[in-house]
Amino acid sequence: MSIRHGLLALLDQGPRYGYQLRTEFEARTGATWPLNVGQVYTTLSRLERDGLVEAAGEDDEGHQFYAATDAGRAELRAWFGTPVPRTNPPRDELAIKLAMAVTVPGVDVSAVVQGQRRHSIKALQDYTRLKGRALAGEARPGVVPSASNDLAWLLVLDQLIFQTEAEIRWLDHCETRLAQQAELLQARTAEATRDGGPAPAKRGRRLRA
Amino acid sequence: MSHTQESRQTPVLHLENVTRVHGHGAAEVQALRGVDLKVHPGEFVAVMGPSGSGKSTLLTLAGGLDTPSGGRVLVEGVALGDLNRKQLAQVRRRSVGYVFQDYNLIPALTAAENISLPRELDGLSARSARREALVALEELGIPELADRFPDDMSGGQQQRVAIARALIGDRRLVLADEPTGALDSTTGEAVLAVLRARCDAGAAAMMVTHEARHAAWADRVVFLRDGRMVDESVSQDAASLLVSAATNSMKVDE
Repeated sequence: MSIRHGLLALLDQGPRYGYQLRTEFEARTGATWPLNVGQVYTTLSRLERDGLVEAAGEDDEGHQFYAATDAGRAELRAWFGTPVPRTNPPRDELAIKLAMAVTVPGVDVSAVVQGQRRHSIKALQDYTRLKGRALAGEARPGVVPSASNDLAWLLVLDQLIFQTEAEIRWLDHCETRLAQQAELLQARTAEATRDGGPAPAKRGRRLRA
Repeated sequence: MSHTQESRQTPVLHLENVTRVHGHGAAEVQALRGVDLKVHPGEFVAVMGPSGSGKSTLLTLAGGLDTPSGGRVLVEGVALGDLNRKQLAQVRRRSVGYVFQDYNLIPALTAAENISLPRELDGLSARSARREALVALEELGIPELADRFPDDMSGGQQQRVAIARALIGDRRLVLADEPTGALDSTTGEAVLAVLRARCDAGAAAMMVTHEARHAAWADRVVFLRDGRMVDESVSQDAASLLVSAATNSMKVDE
């Protein structure tokens, strides 16, 4: 996730100082990914080092302003023009957890699935409530209401909702697959018992229950 | 509205150790194996679970369309099992709005007539009943369908008429089986917002759905598995949400 490009996008609209950048970033993303001022300044100094932003004077209150350079603006256009890479998916803790759970003996996988589903549905309920408020045009604490900020926040919420929903569907799917697997195992065991010997290895052939 | 704050009131719907067995002998199927559930005024409950988990059975029992094999179903404190047929019909007509998965509209009646029928049966004048039906159609965003017959409507339109019929009058309990199945995502959302608003105004609702995104409109999501309630998720107060969102942290990228 790029704070760099987020800040560049804000600076593209005119010079700003650190705290202001933080506030505006959060007004658009709804504090879903909160920034602290330290992160903002660290990122600004890296952008400055790379020639993408430059210092643009101070105001009477001593706020240090920054402005995007031409190189910074070019970098921003390139960012908008390039898809976010999906070919190297970020590590997903839940996928790793389930992949491990099915291989570690004694783990109640369906309990892991249900525990996650409850948690994810709860998150979905919470996002949906926030969305209900956003659609009703309710003001957010500490955010100056503006049509574009509100639209940005709504899009972020929708994304969280769709992503969480996808996770829940995947969990449902995992559960069905686990149930199928268990049935298959049962059928094999039954057949082995009937034959009076160990289950024959029948790879790639589905057994009927 | 928080259900904890309402919990001292009589629940609008109360399922008490409800069981339901279909068939008998070798063909016996335990659809519900002892479900306890209360839905309070102002509360919106969603029921989720895999096919065959008992979701729809639960809903039909709650609506008095089926009789439990054991346990009791109480609507506004009245045990449905203690009522005679006439009294039960009255509770179903006055207190309970039911949205069927296959809509169940009467083909020979227009949308407005379908919606106003229960009110007319309750003794309201045809004129007042029609006025209420038109308001309900407006609430669902389909006032132009008032004089159309079900056969001339799309599935999604019929579904919204069915929902309008369930919401008309002062129904205290709305029961809905997959009420957004035939609707696109924006229309489905609008329908859920209507249900949500009904609950915020003091009604109680229970909805069966397999869509997590729809269930998320509810205050409580209960999970059924093999005829039992295995888990539930309760939404927190919205005011604390932004605070909890702020506990997520974000790393500075290099």
